[in-house]
Amino acid sequence: MALQERRDFWLFLSPWIIGFILFSFGPILASFAMSFTDYSIFKSPRWIGLGNYREMLVDDPLILKALWNTFFYTFLAVPLHTAASLAVALLLNKKVKGIPIWRTFFYLPCVVSGIAMGVLWRWIFNPEIGLANTILGPFLDILRLPHPQWLLDPVLAKPAYVLMNLWSLGGGMIIFLAGLQGVPEHLYEAADIDGAGRWAQFRHVTFPMITPVVFFQLTMGLIGSFQIFAQAYVMSGRGIDNSTLFYVYYLFEQAFRYFRMGYASAMAWVLFAGILAVTVLKFKLAKRWVYYEGAE
Amino acid sequence: MMRHGRGFKSVAGRVATYVVLVVLGLASILPFIWLVRSSLCSDKEIMLPVTKLSGIVPSEMHPENYVRVFQSVPFWRYLFNTSFIIVFVVTGTVLSSSLCAYAFAFCRVPYRNLVFYGVLATLMLPGVVMIIPTFILFRTIGWIDTFKPLILPAFFGQAFFIFLFRQFFLSLPRELVEAARIDGASALQIYWRIIMPLTRPAIVTVALFAFTMTWNDFMGPLIYLNSQENWTLQLGLQSFQGQISNEWSLLMAATVITVLPLILLFLFLQRYFIRGIALTGLKG
Repeated sequence: MALQERRDFWLFLSPWIIGFILFSFGPILASFAMSFTDYSIFKSPRWIGLGNYREMLVDDPLILKALWNTFFYTFLAVPLHTAASLAVALLLNKKVKGIPIWRTFFYLPCVVSGIAMGVLWRWIFNPEIGLANTILGPFLDILRLPHPQWLLDPVLAKPAYVLMNLWSLGGGMIIFLAGLQGVPEHLYEAADIDGAGRWAQFRHVTFPMITPVVFFQLTMGLIGSFQIFAQAYVMSGRGIDNSTLFYVYYLFEQAFRYFRMGYASAMAWVLFAGILAVTVLKFKLAKRWVYYEGAE
Repeated sequence: MMRHGRGFKSVAGRVATYVVLVVLGLASILPFIWLVRSSLCSDKEIMLPVTKLSGIVPSEMHPENYVRVFQSVPFWRYLFNTSFIIVFVVTGTVLSSSLCAYAFAFCRVPYRNLVFYGVLATLMLPGVVMIIPTFILFRTIGWIDTFKPLILPAFFGQAFFIFLFRQFFLSLPRELVEAARIDGASALQIYWRIIMPLTRPAIVTVALFAFTMTWNDFMGPLIYLNSQENWTLQLGLQSFQGQISNEWSLLMAATVITVLPLILLFLFLQRYFIRGIALTGLKG
C-alpha cells in the first residue's frame, strides 16, 4: 500500500518534474550563477563572488527603502483584498436578483491586463482631470478640504496602490465562489435546526469549511504582492521621494536601465529567500487554523 | 427558505445588500464606462478633461473607430493565433495541474510537504531575471518564432494551479478515496472518475484563469514571436501605440474588442458557481 502510494506520487507529479527540468532548472541555475558576477548583457560576465550581496547590504540605501515600500503595500493590500473578495463572494452566493450581472460587474476589472490597469489608474488618480477627484471634488469642496494629489503625494501614493489592488477583487471572488460551492448543504440545514443565526453560521460552518481557500488567497496574494511590478512600471515609477519604489521595480531598473544583470539577479535571490521563509512559516502556522475535510 | 424569513430585519438586510451591491458594482464598472466612452471619442476630445459627470457622453460619436481597427490590422489572423494557443494551454493546464495536485492531496509520502514547497518556490523568483536565460534556452533549441514556448510549458503543471487544485481536493471527504481504493480502483481511475467530476467549480475556475492569462499575455508573445503572421491579438493591437501615434481612441476601441470576449466567456461560465451542484449525491 505504502509502496503503491509512493509510486503514484511520483507518477502523478512527473509532468511537473519533467517540465521543471526542461524549462526552469537551467534558467534558475543561470540566474543564480549570474548573481555572483558583474554582468552587463553586452560584456561577458565577470566573477565577483559575494560582491553584489555585499553591495546590497552595505552600499545601497535604496534597497531598504524598496523593501519597506513593498512590505507596507503587501501587509495592507493582501488582508484587505482577501477579506473584501470573501465578503463580495458571500454576498453573491445568496439568492439576490440578477446574480450573473452582479458577478460580471465585479469580475470585469480582472479581465484587464496589468499594463492596461496601470494606464487606466494613472488616469483615475490624475489630480486635475482624473476620475477620482472628479467624483470626490464636489464633496471635498463643501467640506473645504484640499483635493488629494494621490500618486504625487508621498503619504497617499502607497494607499492609492492598495485601492487599485482592491478594485480587482473579482479574481479572489471567483475562487471563493468556487470554494463556497463545496460547503455541503446538510451542514447549513443542521445549523438551521440548531437555531444558528447568520453570523454563527458563517463563524462555525462557512468559514471553517473554506479555510483552505482563504489560506490559498493569503499565500498567493503575498507571493504576488511582494513582486508587484507592471502597475508600478506604468503608474508612477519610483514616485515622489521614492515613495513607490517597489522592490521588483527597482530590480527591473537595475537589470534593464543600468544593465546590471548580476546585481538584479542577486536582488532576485534575496527576495526569493525572503518570500520562501514567510511562506514556509505560513504553512507551519496553517496547521492551527486551516481545516481540511480530507486530511488524515 | 427558513433562513431568509425573519421579518423586518430580513427586509432591512436585503435592502442593505442591494445598496452595497449597487455602490461597489458601479465603482467596478466605472473605468469600463470610461473605456467605452474613450473608444467612441474623437482623438481631440479624448485629451480634454471631463469636469462634469454628464461629460461622460462624447459630444460627437465616432463608432467608425471600431471599423478602422478591423481595417488597419489583420484582426482575424491574430484572433486565430490567439485561439490556437489558448485551446492547447487551457487543456494542458487543467489536465497536468490537476494530476500533480492529486499527488499532493491523496498520496501519503513523508517528504510530500518538502516537495510542495519546491513547487511553490518556482513562483517566488522574480520573472525579470529569468527572461534572458529562458530566451537563450528557447533560442538554443530553435523554438523562437513558433508557438511552442507559449504552449508546451502549460502541459507540465503550473504551481499556481497545482496549489489551487490541491486546496479543493483536500476539501473532499477522504473516505471517498479510501472506499474506492478498497474496491480496487487504481489511482488514475480515482482521479478521473471520482475526484475530477466532484471539483467542477475548481476546473471552471482554472480554465477561466488560464484562458484570461493567455488571452492577455503580452510579454510572452513579444519575446518569442517575431514575424507578424504569428502575432497574437494582444501583440497586434498594442502595436497601435507605436504604429499610428496619438490615435488613442483606436487603442481604446481595440481594448474594448479584446476585453469583450472575456466578459462573454465569464457570463457563460458563471452559472457553474451555484451552490448545490458541486456535491450532489454526497450527503451524509
